[in-house]
Amino acid sequence: MEPGEIHALLGENGAGKSTLMNVLYGLYQPDEGEILVDGRPLKLKGPSDAIAAGIGMVHQHFMLVPVFTVTENIMLGAEQVRGGIAGFLDRRRARRGVAEVSERYNLRVDPDAVIEDLPVGVQQRVEIVKALTRDVDLLILDEPTAVLTPQETEELLAVMRSLKAAGKSIVFITHKLGEVKAIADRITVIRRGKTVGTASPDASRDELAALMVGRSVRLTVDKSPATPGKPILEVTGLVVDDDRQVRAVDGVDLTVHAGEVLGVAGVQGNGQTELIEAIMGLRPVLAGSVTLDGQPVKGWSTKKVLRAGVGYVPEDRSVDGLVKEFSVAENLVLDIYDRPPFGTGLALKPDAIAKSAQERIEQFDVRTSSAGAPVGTLSGGNQQKVIVARELSRPLKLLIAAQPTRGVDVGSIEFIHSQVIRERDHGTAVLLVSSELDEVIGLADRIAVMYRGRIIGVVGPDTPREEIGLLMAGITPDAVAGGGATASTPGAVTDGPATPAAEGTGSEDEA
Amino acid sequence: MSTMAVPEVAVAPVDEGFWTRTRKAGAVLLALGLLGAVLFGTLATDQQARFTLSEDAAGAALEVNGTLGAILFGVVTIAAGAGVLAGLPKRWFTLVLGVGLVAFVLSFLCWQVSAAPAGQNFMPLVNIIRGTFILALPLIFGALAGVLCERSGVVNVAIEGQLLMGAFSGALFGSISGNVWVGLVAAAVGGAFISLLLAVFAIRYLVDQVVMGIVLNLLAVGVTGFLYERLMQTDAQRYNSAPRFSNWEIPLLSDIPVLGPALFRGNIFLYLGLLLVLVIHIALFRTRWGLRTRSVGEHPTAADTLGVRVLGVRYRNVLLAGLVAGIGGASYTLALYSFTKNMIGGKGFIALAALIFGRWSPTGALLAALFFGFADQLATYLGAINSVIPSQFLAMLPYLATILAVAGLVGKVRAPAADGKPYIKG
Repeated sequence: MEPGEIHALLGENGAGKSTLMNVLYGLYQPDEGEILVDGRPLKLKGPSDAIAAGIGMVHQHFMLVPVFTVTENIMLGAEQVRGGIAGFLDRRRARRGVAEVSERYNLRVDPDAVIEDLPVGVQQRVEIVKALTRDVDLLILDEPTAVLTPQETEELLAVMRSLKAAGKSIVFITHKLGEVKAIADRITVIRRGKTVGTASPDASRDELAALMVGRSVRLTVDKSPATPGKPILEVTGLVVDDDRQVRAVDGVDLTVHAGEVLGVAGVQGNGQTELIEAIMGLRPVLAGSVTLDGQPVKGWSTKKVLRAGVGYVPEDRSVDGLVKEFSVAENLVLDIYDRPPFGTGLALKPDAIAKSAQERIEQFDVRTSSAGAPVGTLSGGNQQKVIVARELSRPLKLLIAAQPTRGVDVGSIEFIHSQVIRERDHGTAVLLVSSELDEVIGLADRIAVMYRGRIIGVVGPDTPREEIGLLMAGITPDAVAGGGATASTPGAVTDGPATPAAEGTGSEDEA
Repeated sequence: MSTMAVPEVAVAPVDEGFWTRTRKAGAVLLALGLLGAVLFGTLATDQQARFTLSEDAAGAALEVNGTLGAILFGVVTIAAGAGVLAGLPKRWFTLVLGVGLVAFVLSFLCWQVSAAPAGQNFMPLVNIIRGTFILALPLIFGALAGVLCERSGVVNVAIEGQLLMGAFSGALFGSISGNVWVGLVAAAVGGAFISLLLAVFAIRYLVDQVVMGIVLNLLAVGVTGFLYERLMQTDAQRYNSAPRFSNWEIPLLSDIPVLGPALFRGNIFLYLGLLLVLVIHIALFRTRWGLRTRSVGEHPTAADTLGVRVLGVRYRNVLLAGLVAGIGGASYTLALYSFTKNMIGGKGFIALAALIFGRWSPTGALLAALFFGFADQLATYLGAINSVIPSQFLAMLPYLATILAVAGLVGKVRAPAADGKPYIKG
């Protein structure tokens, strides 16, 4: 790393990027090898050593105490105190420090706001301020854009440029090629825990992707135009609360036809999870109705929904999709274990289960040591293939796929995408929910954008990314036409106007 | 891979319609007021209800006609309930609710005191207040021990055991040495011993904290019971006759009417308990130690990434909790009674309830403990005046209130997010 450099660390999910950085931040201990800072080897016993050495990190899942204020979060671990051993917190000085740093780097945060009330984009800003108040020279950003809208991402990139201008070095961990090309000075690609190459940002997307995956991959999905049939899933006026009894889905209308993929795009946490869980009968519907192939599903158990021909690929495979301790074979029949040929009322038929498992494993290219291996020992991509195999083994009317390729390697993504399209071509209605805009654009025949519990627009797949991005930030085309410049402040809903100056810095650098 | 609950969608608060939580509270208050004005008013007699400002029937007193008082205070409660229902500003809510509840209790007392047998229709306020504090004292210490533990993310079900071990070792070493201060220190160490076991097993060996707490309670009962029979019962003179702290009168403060004799002529434990509430409250919310403690209890991973030693903080706090609870145990054996088998008798669990009722805050816990203590004292008083209300019924009320509180009916109760979850690095 050079001072004032933005170094992108590019790699697939599970390639070892985050582990490497956690070692660098002192959270994990290295088994071998050493870290050099300014030419001297550095031995990190914990994060405090890393901080002392001028290394700061913004974690993928933010390390902020939700019930604390911004100032409390920032001062934690480096508290300024008065009163000797009593150690009374000097909040005034801390608040001043926060104000100073956020002024200097143009990172607007309210020092007295409570974290849990802040939007994700602002929370991330707090994380960056937290690192900067500790006088770091090297800032590690671990997948910082995963939870941001495209506009918030733009803002973040602008912040990174201004930090670079101030002489800070940044390690930018990501698997998104576009962002890397936009900002990085140098790119290191990691695959399976090894550095496989370095590249300059001039390298083409295809080159970078090939380096990342190890062979050339198709980034687009081949598919013929959809031939939509009759409506299969109809959702009208759906209202659902989340776990904290806060309204999450607020009057959603959706229709999915046979033989089409309806993609639901949106930043994570805008009600997509609750929408799907309500359709699946996993969450109470407070108002509105859901009909499946003409039949109202009100009051149906999840089992009944599944048996009615709905395939469900849940958002979080390790929690909702699989029983990790069970074998691959057992996981493959979780939905129909009690039906012939796998079971008869009382007993399971292990032979039939094993035989069917063997077929599925071959058909869906699941890489496992055996059908009897616990599914938890498989890689993320192969676990996901087990779920897809299970759900596609029944005759379906509707396939609901939530984040079907999250945390999955590129090879498996390709395979899963092709399976989804194949299912569509068989005449199944597909409801795809993904926070990866590229995935939605690549797969969907129609795109519904969800924002704050509502569908705020349904557009075609050839709509420009920027327009969808604005929708994801809650800005509809009419508002853009009217409001012009304010369109760049998606994170500012509860935060007042964000940083126009940051944008300015950004475009200068680009020019 | 976990989907973090990011409060991105700050949608409008739950639409509860007309019956918001506040309005429900108002309706309940209104119903209580009606109960007071009508039922208590009817049942009360025309006798004067005297609330004497002393320890007996003598001296100055606040007097009111029984029927009149019961109806009057009932009406106050009705007014408070109606006010809340009509939608008072939010900042008034707690005050009005408090006034309403106190008036309801007073309405009840007017009935009870006026209906008492002749010669007994008075209530000595000094006794009642002093008794409330004495009964609340072990709860205060116990709940503080809970606050210290649970704010750092370790569930402390072992409060009962810590109190018991404190009471036992206070009695034993106080007796052997013949010195109260030695007894006090030994009591604190005894409580900390139970805490140490809790800490080691819960933090180091990741044993389920609730199960561990229950086991430790049983261990404390077993060990102290065994030693009590083998040691104390055979030679009570030598092993179970600890000297006691005498009452200290605080100059000036003890001359305040009613409160002076009730509160400022107490023993060291009373003063220490109240002082600890204040100190821990300030420390928890104003100092570095407090910030780190709370961060470890809420989001230990975040604290770790900032160089806070999570396990260290937890060990320290669990041990501190043991010291506090141990002293609480000594408030029995070094001030009131000699040690008997299982003498804490479940107060540790009530302290746990006070902790939850008081929403994991030291001052909240104090108020909850006083509420329990008052109910306890009232039950005793009503027994003494041969009330028609069975004292068991009154003794039940605090627990009913706790269940309602824990069920979230009395405001939002939120435990520290990482309470009970062991921290495993990486």
